Amino acid sequence: MAKVTIDGIEIEVPEGTTILQAARLIGPEVAPPAMCYHSKVKTSGGYCRTCLVEVSKGSEKDPRPMPKLVPSCRTTVMDGMEVSNFTSKKVVDARKSIVEFLLINHPLDCPICDQAGECHLQDLSYENGSAKTRTDFERRTFNKIDIGNNIQLHMTRCILCYRCVKVAEQITDGRVHGVINRGDHAEISTYVAQAIDNDFSGNVIDVCPVGALTDKTFRFKSRVWFTKPMQAHRDCDKCSGKVNLWYKGEEVLRGTGRKDQWGEIEEFICNTCRFDKKKTSDWVVEKPASISHQSVISANHYEVFTKPTEFKINIVKTLPIEEKTN
Amino acid sequence: MGRKILLKHINEPGIQGYETYRRIGGYASVEKAVKTMTPDAIVEEVKKSGLRGRGGAGFPTGMKWSFLAKPEGVNRYLVCNADESEPGTFKDRYLMEKIPHLLIEGMITSSFALGAHTSYIYIRGEYFYIVNILEKAIEEAYANGWLGKNILGTGYDLDLYVHVGAGAYICGEETALLESLEGKRGNPRIKPPFPAIKGLWGCPTVVNNVETIASVVSIVNDGGDAYAALGIGRSTGTKLISASGHINKPGVYEIEMGITVEDFIYSDEYCGGILNGKKLKAVVAGGSSVPILPAELILKTANGEKRLMSYEGLSDGGFATGTMLGSGGFIVMDETTNIVQNLYTFARFYHHESCGQCSPCREGTAWMEKIMHKILHGHGTLADVDLLWEIQSKIEGNTICPLGDAAAWPVASAIRHFRSEFEEYVKNPESIKEVNHLYNTQLA
Repeated sequence: MAKVTIDGIEIEVPEGTTILQAARLIGPEVAPPAMCYHSKVKTSGGYCRTCLVEVSKGSEKDPRPMPKLVPSCRTTVMDGMEVSNFTSKKVVDARKSIVEFLLINHPLDCPICDQAGECHLQDLSYENGSAKTRTDFERRTFNKIDIGNNIQLHMTRCILCYRCVKVAEQITDGRVHGVINRGDHAEISTYVAQAIDNDFSGNVIDVCPVGALTDKTFRFKSRVWFTKPMQAHRDCDKCSGKVNLWYKGEEVLRGTGRKDQWGEIEEFICNTCRFDKKKTSDWVVEKPASISHQSVISANHYEVFTKPTEFKINIVKTLPIEEKTN
Repeated sequence: MGRKILLKHINEPGIQGYETYRRIGGYASVEKAVKTMTPDAIVEEVKKSGLRGRGGAGFPTGMKWSFLAKPEGVNRYLVCNADESEPGTFKDRYLMEKIPHLLIEGMITSSFALGAHTSYIYIRGEYFYIVNILEKAIEEAYANGWLGKNILGTGYDLDLYVHVGAGAYICGEETALLESLEGKRGNPRIKPPFPAIKGLWGCPTVVNNVETIASVVSIVNDGGDAYAALGIGRSTGTKLISASGHINKPGVYEIEMGITVEDFIYSDEYCGGILNGKKLKAVVAGGSSVPILPAELILKTANGEKRLMSYEGLSDGGFATGTMLGSGGFIVMDETTNIVQNLYTFARFYHHESCGQCSPCREGTAWMEKIMHKILHGHGTLADVDLLWEIQSKIEGNTICPLGDAAAWPVASAIRHFRSEFEEYVKNPESIKEVNHLYNTQLA
């Protein structure tokens, strides 16, 4: 076990835990934002640099601070490590500029983007960014392309987090898409206009933190905050069959995987469950999905959120965690 | 004349071929190493020599070698980084072209020291004609029993391959190089784990520059102490410097560490002074990535002492008044040089070569190039200069690999030392255009 202090809060975690996972165990008040890291996807993380933190004490054995800010999603904790996240001005400044970097080529077309309301980049820039822009250069643009029958790639919005590439690599056979070109003209693309066609391809939509990969069956049907997410399941021979169904009135507009508190998919689902089963009669509906009360999705109707059970100030937590560092 | 180690026999006719190379004492280090020394003894000699990585970072080679993990039953690899892409640097090309067997010999000796049975030379695509030279040299080495199974009857096996890259600057970064060597997209890996633990195909790997490996030959032949006797302080031995720019005698020079910069620029043995008797304006001392220094700071340190050509000498004063030895790409600029134009060229280069993996470098390098383009074409404002400064400070240190730093440092140093020129450009772009002969011919 290793003891680590993040923003003044101490926690004991197993060896090999990353700083980000340790911070998430303490809670959202110290957890750094993450755009490219996804705990269910191996080797993800380290690219977007939004989760940079300052390590002011390396470990009990070697108390020297780390010279640079480190990506918390890819740095494992050491016993006695001290980490500053929101308490470090250097980190807050760096994060602010990362948001600026991510936004200089982002179209900011949130009013017509299907992802708006559940977009990680929106949350990130609202919480950590600046209200003003300092660039007036033309943004990079791409044509929209269809990759498969149900998925549309809107490369202009992409922040190159590599999540979809890694998901396709790890949960499906024969990945046909990846990153081509270099630098700011790098793009996600399929190999010579191939379609992404396999039973689990729809998961790239769920892991996309922005609106670059969208569900064509849901395209322009509704703003997400006018739909109500319900947890439902069915017997599926391909996947766990556990989904969120997004209702507008009586109609199921779309199905997605269930996301946890950090916006990460809990279990990957198959394309049949996602795209084809759009009738209530296909499903056993369980209960309203839990939505954070801060989310715009909960704003218009009911709110199901877990109330805080304890008042947390400098408490020492010891929790087992299932997922170890990858 | 300073003492030469690497380029000692460069003028010998036929040195490219095996016969001549062997006649002047080539492959003696292999013989000595595999027959009389243990691998650990060689690592110890390299440590004693104080040899530091010649690719740019200057990390002690002996220490790097001793970090190599040695688990049982796992292959170890030595990879030679011949992806020399730093603008202003062409020393490895010269070495490999003129005296290819020196690199092959160094590779065999170093592989033996590290216990590697398969080694690679990763060379950039643009050096295709050198690939042929190296492959011919490797063939000759195989034919004469220096490579292959049971070298010199000692039971040591080694295979050496040349791998041609596609000419990406980023593949000179060691982990991107390894990715590329594995046949993947050349993206730098996130460290840790370092290649010494998990490198090529997940096995412990050492990646060394061409010049570093070539230097091992004389360290094994004459001993680490003899090598350490050359040079000054912690900068031991000799260094190849690729001199270019406004000088009378551009080319590759082997210098003993510790000569003064003034000597290097003005003496007839080396650069031979500034072209057409003009005045020195600025120097980029170690390849395009290192901070540019104005004449008064490159010749003398901030304390008024003469600046020396060594790792410590050039970095004296930190980035505020110093620079770095880097890879030894010594670019000299005379008084007619336009620093803003020069910086734009560098900014464009880093924008083009950023791999696009991490956001500060991907977006920041492109943004800096656009702002530089704007300033250069007379549309800049004073706020743009401040913005440039701000952007570079936010790229530096926040990226996966050193390319972000390399893109930030030239911008930072140009603004730090030549801010007035930027301001002049912003206020009166027409007047300064005339100073720059390149601007009028190329960009207008």
